[in-house]
Amino acid sequence: MSLSPIALRVGPWSLRLAPRGLLVCLGLLATGFAVSVLALSTGEVAVPVPDVVAAIFGRGSPMAELIVAELRAPRLVTGLAVGAAFGLSGAIFQSLTRNPLGSPDFIGFTAGASTGGILAVVLGGTAWQIAGGSLLGCVLSAALVYGVAHRRGVSGYRLVLVGVGAHALLLAVDSYLLTSANLHDAANAGAWLTGSLSGRGWDHAVPVALALAVLAPLCAGLSRPLRMMETGDDAAGAVGIRVERVRAAAVAAGVLLCGVATAAAGPVMFVALAAPQLARRLTRAGGVALTASALTGAVLLTAADLLAQRLIAPAQLPVGVVTAALGGVYLALLLGREHR
Amino acid sequence: MPRLTGSGLTLAYDDRVIATDLDVSVPDGSFTVIVGPNACGKSTLLRALARMLRPRAGAVHLDGAVITSLPSKEVARRLGLLPQTSIVPDGITVADLVARGRYPHQRLMRQWSRADEAAVAAAMAATDVTELADRIVDELSGGQRQRVWLAMALAQETPILLLDEPTTFLDIAHQIEVLDLCADLHEQGRTLVAVLHDLNQACRYATHLIVMRDGRIVAEGEPGSVMTPELVREVFGVRCEIIADPQTGTPLVVPGARRRVSRV
Repeated sequence: MSLSPIALRVGPWSLRLAPRGLLVCLGLLATGFAVSVLALSTGEVAVPVPDVVAAIFGRGSPMAELIVAELRAPRLVTGLAVGAAFGLSGAIFQSLTRNPLGSPDFIGFTAGASTGGILAVVLGGTAWQIAGGSLLGCVLSAALVYGVAHRRGVSGYRLVLVGVGAHALLLAVDSYLLTSANLHDAANAGAWLTGSLSGRGWDHAVPVALALAVLAPLCAGLSRPLRMMETGDDAAGAVGIRVERVRAAAVAAGVLLCGVATAAAGPVMFVALAAPQLARRLTRAGGVALTASALTGAVLLTAADLLAQRLIAPAQLPVGVVTAALGGVYLALLLGREHR
Repeated sequence: MPRLTGSGLTLAYDDRVIATDLDVSVPDGSFTVIVGPNACGKSTLLRALARMLRPRAGAVHLDGAVITSLPSKEVARRLGLLPQTSIVPDGITVADLVARGRYPHQRLMRQWSRADEAAVAAAMAATDVTELADRIVDELSGGQRQRVWLAMALAQETPILLLDEPTTFLDIAHQIEVLDLCADLHEQGRTLVAVLHDLNQACRYATHLIVMRDGRIVAEGEPGSVMTPELVREVFGVRCEIIADPQTGTPLVVPGARRRVSRV
């Protein structure tokens, strides 16, 4: 299906909308809603949908309120926000590097967050300190990678190369920390490392949701210049984009999104890589689509978390295992179909 | 004073100085062509004129103001650039890519005015890519793709257009096609500045020729008076004869056979 963009014009204002992109975003919202309803109402104790609604508005039974508002809702909100943040962060970096492998989970940013997180775990940090450690680790590793890759501006290719190197280095540091830690800490750190949403409360959900609320509008503002920059720095400069300034703002937003997402859920692999790629193929948009990537990330992560909870219930899988399997298989299918 | 000038320019990439104390002015309404041997600084000069490279010393002026002091979008409504290399985003259609040339005319709440639509349609018609509108740019031939990039630059609707080696990688038929299109644009009143490699094409299309060597402007002016065997020998180290182009009467450089003046 190929529909040409439509223009919405009111007086001096006009919006350009791609019908397919719009439909895809609506579809993703609907899917996200369906997943949310399932996540809130099903589980070990089934809560009928009307009771879920009542519980959310504080008019349900104490039991339903505990299960829905205190256990399931924060986990769901964390999942939605973390997924959207990873999707957005991945889209930003894939757009900047013009390379699918330019995702934060490949160029050392998520790895930096992991190292910071593990360090906090091993040092016996609280949940807040672990979150802070991973955010700090993410920012520091990004500064390192960006600094090393910087030479008369940062080319995407060099950023990926330096990032892959930093990624390997940080994984080695992680291994060292795990082997030198005592058994209890190592087990905790190992669990954190796979990325998980289990046991996430409002104190996890609120920071990442707030960060998303602040950074998403900034990303919306950057979206048009970023799309222009996909045609090359000179081509973007020629139409009046301050390339280095946009790039710096985009890197800052992308790093923070990746950092707060990792802080909340651990380094969930693959969402940042797969979400923008899936979104682009769904929307058939040229280049990277930020909104669709964020929505895809949110749906991907929450759907994966639902599967992780229910697949071999009562046993629980870490969501990172499922995202890797789910996103990986779907992406492989798409790539296979494209290159046939 | 011409709209686009550079004065006292020192141009450098990192530590490598390409040109020092360079003065240049682009006559209004001209089709200016910059020629010179490889690495003489012609593309560097063009990039500086297009504010893609900040001069280490001196300044480029557009309409009397230092170009880097003007708002970048404002400059982009007066001066366009077709870069030497651009990247085709994955899966983008011709119409979508050409439409991106409208960026400097747009705002967050004015993304697609009727003027945008008309400019894109006109640019695609001028470059003869209207029928390709829904095609994926990646799937086009080199010549078609260059016409699409040109259409994007045209959609920007700037009175001044700079082109960095617009014919490189094209076969002779497509080279002529692109240059004829440039000549049309010039006749419609635009000021054009192009970097070209082929001296004969430069002489045929240029109204103003700038010849560079080692970061200096060696000669400039109307091709008929600038292009001499001595100049070609001095600048390119090539012995040649110059005859009148049988088609246009412009200088036609015929390199000497066999014996070379100097070895490279």
